[in-house]
Amino acid sequence: MRRGSIVALLGLALIAGGVAAAVALVPTWLPVDASRQAGRIDFVIWFVIAICIFIFAIVAAVMVYSVLRFRARPDDLEDGPPIHGHTGLEITWTAIPFVIVTAIAIVCGIVLSRNDAQGADTLRINVTAQQFTWTFSYPEANNATSPELFLPEGRSVELYMRSLDVIHAFFVPEFRTNEDIVPGLVTNVHITPDRPGTYPLICNELCGLGHALMRTQAVVLPPAAFDKWLAAQKKANASTGQKG
Amino acid sequence: MTATTANPHDVHHAPVRGPWRRHLLGPGFIRALWMAPLMGGVGFGIVVLCRWGGGWHPLLLSEPLILVAGLVAAPVGFLGGIGAFDYWTRYAIGSPTQPEDHSGHGAQSWKDYFRVNTDHKVIGVQYLVTTVFFFLAGGLLALLVRAELAKPGIQYFGPQTYNSLFSVHASLMIFLFIIPAFAGLANFVVPLMLGAGDMAFPRLNALSFWLLPIAGLMMLSSFIVGAFAGGWTGYAPLNSTHQPIGAIFFNQGVQWAGASSIMTALNFLVTIITMRAPGMTFWRMPLLVWANFTTSLLVVIATPFIAGSQFFSMFDHVMHTAFFTPVGGGYPLGYQHIFWFYSHPAVYIMMLPGFGIMSEVISVFSRKPIFGYRLMALSLMAIVVLGFSVWAHHMFTSGMSSWLRVPMMITTLLIAIPTGIKIFSWLATMWEGKLHFKTPMLFALGFLSMFVIGGLSGVMLGAVPIDIHVTDTYFVVAHIHYVLFGGSVFTIFAGIYYWFPKMTGRMYDERLGKLHFWLTFVGFNLTFFPMHILGTEGMIRRVADYPARFAGLNMFISLASFGLGASVLVFLYNMITSWRFGEIAPANPWRAMTLEWQVTSPPPIFNFDEIPQVVGSPYEYGVPGAQHAILAPSKAREMEEVPV
Repeated sequence: MRRGSIVALLGLALIAGGVAAAVALVPTWLPVDASRQAGRIDFVIWFVIAICIFIFAIVAAVMVYSVLRFRARPDDLEDGPPIHGHTGLEITWTAIPFVIVTAIAIVCGIVLSRNDAQGADTLRINVTAQQFTWTFSYPEANNATSPELFLPEGRSVELYMRSLDVIHAFFVPEFRTNEDIVPGLVTNVHITPDRPGTYPLICNELCGLGHALMRTQAVVLPPAAFDKWLAAQKKANASTGQKG
Repeated sequence: MTATTANPHDVHHAPVRGPWRRHLLGPGFIRALWMAPLMGGVGFGIVVLCRWGGGWHPLLLSEPLILVAGLVAAPVGFLGGIGAFDYWTRYAIGSPTQPEDHSGHGAQSWKDYFRVNTDHKVIGVQYLVTTVFFFLAGGLLALLVRAELAKPGIQYFGPQTYNSLFSVHASLMIFLFIIPAFAGLANFVVPLMLGAGDMAFPRLNALSFWLLPIAGLMMLSSFIVGAFAGGWTGYAPLNSTHQPIGAIFFNQGVQWAGASSIMTALNFLVTIITMRAPGMTFWRMPLLVWANFTTSLLVVIATPFIAGSQFFSMFDHVMHTAFFTPVGGGYPLGYQHIFWFYSHPAVYIMMLPGFGIMSEVISVFSRKPIFGYRLMALSLMAIVVLGFSVWAHHMFTSGMSSWLRVPMMITTLLIAIPTGIKIFSWLATMWEGKLHFKTPMLFALGFLSMFVIGGLSGVMLGAVPIDIHVTDTYFVVAHIHYVLFGGSVFTIFAGIYYWFPKMTGRMYDERLGKLHFWLTFVGFNLTFFPMHILGTEGMIRRVADYPARFAGLNMFISLASFGLGASVLVFLYNMITSWRFGEIAPANPWRAMTLEWQVTSPPPIFNFDEIPQVVGSPYEYGVPGAQHAILAPSKAREMEEVPV
């Protein structure tokens, strides 16, 4: 390969990579992150996007260069050089992707195990999904129930989720959590919220006619405010408690 | 060979007493018109008798009636009526049959395309025209979906109708367009490429085509009774117990399309293994043949699984079994495991034949041998093997055992390697070539760039932490359209343009072809790229209503999608006018080396006057004096016997 073509290829790769990077950075791709798990997941997203931009830049550069440089005139009836392959090159483009996907797998494995590791004082909340409503109940407050999910900031929360009819799913984009709720099973979600606020809580598995409306909110309160809220629920539910 | 012995078989046909009688009793649509209701009535009677005998109200509860009479018996009657079973019926009842009967072979007029025909070339065209029809139907449904989504809130359709629009859209595109369109192209091309006179089982080939319109009409007609609205994935228990009767139209439609797929795949396997011309070793087969060989392996092994999942789901609906409802001891995730054990390999069933088309097109229009031929074939095999070990990556958040996510993630990421090898090898094939940008090559380049984006978003989805955030959002919708539209559909267009001269004997209009490409390429990207952003921001799929903050992008996408829809009109106009009035095509307009281009356009009725002798690789562009095959080996031998 001539030196000129290497320079041209590098230039094209930089342009393609630059365009791809601009597409990745300029629009807002992700909602705010409101849990510790979300921060780690965002890291994986940007890590993989960086790799994708790298690969896209190489492919785009080679393709654009070929289209510009190797275009034949319509009356040119000659054939190209009879190159049948190149073992070294073929080994290279098998080996490098192997290394890349291994790296991605390792990073993902670490993030998964970190995200599932619970804190010392885990709060348990029971979630019941049915067409087309949510019910959240708090064993720490005599099983008081609420149509919205209240969570404490900075504390490990484990959801125990059940469905009464078809499959639903628990999705809070700001937490980067998604888990199906399957009739006959108890599925779990582990979240450590770290940003007070109110976030949409969406059913994310087609569950019938009212699927689009099966929405509520997740409210993250600072620890003191949450304890106060929990105590109020416990008191309100004292007479009817211990049933669930 | 046929001209001199024309129609000696007419003697064996039923005695001709009068034209009306021949029409009524001879194979064709008229016989189908009375045989379908007749068989439907028989099915109806059986169900009513069984219910009466069992002490139930004989007519109440219409599901089993509609299923047995309408979805099973009547289609069998239709098939019998058009004559798909005639030969086998005669054989079974001891009537005289003629194994060498070629009266149903070839097409003299357009009418022959509406008959049961055993010619692989006719069947290939029948497949393509039928699948393009369902492509248009599925595309219209998609445009209705986009019309509803142009603004937040509910505009035109109630939730039930909206849900059925996208469910039927996906089912038609997958089962009635992409999978069978590839089967159609391969039907036409593979026997020719192998140097064979036809497929191994021509009558089975005809039958497998005629199952398709039944499957498609079944899915479309479900709108009459309340269409299925559980998504093309038909997850239980939603689809098995909470849906209108249209759900069983989906269940049963998948059975007909699946049966068609399995029969065709068996036919390809036997054809490729046993009917290669002398000298056509496996390592001399064009990559399109390799691609259809590997695809057929996938189809034969995987398709019975979706058949099982749909039968169980339908039994839950019709007979109140409890395969997938926990109340009766069933297991909802069982459905997903069985379904994806087919439906992930199905992704490769929809991709590998396209890879084959790309290898042919890129090599021919770059005027260079395919780069790394053996590794290209081996990576197809690697995809087949790995393709069966990744199904649960559709279920990372399904509630299955959480440890299972990790091995499934590793295999999913690994499958990017053989796919990457193919992309890099195509790029290397183009490198230093003499590129001719005819329409098929433009679609090939469009495919390469779109498929790279789809592949990279696939790597992102394969990484479990990312999938946890974007699963069931528009990011997934964007990804599947980049691989199935930017990937498969672009390769189908490339294939149709590439073999159009061979199929019709006429050239398509190059300028309209290029216009079609650019409209499709731009419209496609404007429609589907913004969906990535919607998805990561948290807009979920399969909803008619969405938060107002997504309104701007959705309006943009809807407008772009109408432009994309309009681009199909250019394609249709080009195909129809060129087929009728196009310039007469030479035998080999692309100067290709594979065998189908060495015979006339369109090919003679039995493809080759003499079975060719294959002597080398099909991609020896630029090698002086290289030959793929000797077309008339007996003549060549005579020449050689002259002493040197």
